[in-house]
Amino acid sequence: MNTVMLRRSRGVLAMALLAFAGLASAIMPKEFQSPEEAERYRALSHEIRCVMCQNQSLADSPAGIADDLRYQLLARMREGYSDEQIRDWFVARYGEFVLYRPRFNPTTWALWIGPFLVLAAGVWGLVAVIRRQRPLPTVRPESEDC
Amino acid sequence: MISRWLPFGVFAAIAVLLGVGVIMNAGRTQVEIVSPLIGRPAPDFALPDFANPAQIVRQSDLRGQPYLLNVFASWCASCRIEHPVIAELALSGRITVIGYNYKDERAAAERWLRQLGNPYHRIVVDETGRSAIDWGIYGTPETFLVDAEGIVRWKHVGPISPQTVERELLPLLDALGAGR
Repeated sequence: MNTVMLRRSRGVLAMALLAFAGLASAIMPKEFQSPEEAERYRALSHEIRCVMCQNQSLADSPAGIADDLRYQLLARMREGYSDEQIRDWFVARYGEFVLYRPRFNPTTWALWIGPFLVLAAGVWGLVAVIRRQRPLPTVRPESEDC
Repeated sequence: MISRWLPFGVFAAIAVLLGVGVIMNAGRTQVEIVSPLIGRPAPDFALPDFANPAQIVRQSDLRGQPYLLNVFASWCASCRIEHPVIAELALSGRITVIGYNYKDERAAAERWLRQLGNPYHRIVVDETGRSAIDWGIYGTPETFLVDAEGIVRWKHVGPISPQTVERELLPLLDALGAGR
């Protein structure tokens, strides 16, 4: 690799790193008061969905609204809200949809119980099929030498 | 004989289910969030009046007659598309239309309104977007219908088309007894 190429690839690398640095600073919030606060913020921002980039959590999304919501999350934490009260705060505004881990209530029963019903139906079907099969004739080795 | 067809039947049922899901979501990049505010009191806000920024408008000040709250911004391309529809509604006199200027710069918003016309009966300014969060606003344009008692009746995400007005909004206005 000659010097020009090396220099160029270094430039590309530096640019890529800078781009990521920009992204990181957009997503990481202000200053935390303690490691516990940082950890709690990290956990909550990962379980709340970004309302704009809907396949990303609040923690991952670079959308402007996500930044606003992250700010609100930290503000609620500092106002002394419990985790459940914070979830309620978001749900009151954006509905159950904002929770990546939907809560167990009448509107989400199908979601929580459905897979188990399907599994039970599968097991039932499997048992029915196995029961119906006639037992295989027992195969006896014809000789002992194999 | 039934058991031989059972796996195929199950497969077909799952395929139909997934197919319906794919067709229902075709062309959509995101799910429209169903507002939990429908049927509930509209959240309060205290925001400056666009025409007279020294004056603070509260949501409760708007009560007494049904109104549309239309979230717009000069940087929002789809707001340009829906603007004629909003203007026609406002000029028809059937419903009061309040503009909600979201995260905008004053000069840019003024230029936008000069260019396209200002159909709003009143505009409130939410420069930081903080009050918008209480309304569950997550983009522009969005439009809410609030009745005379201050209850949110309807919400539309994205540009309003004449078809949406015809099919959804006008029947609701009839039900509320707005305009004749």
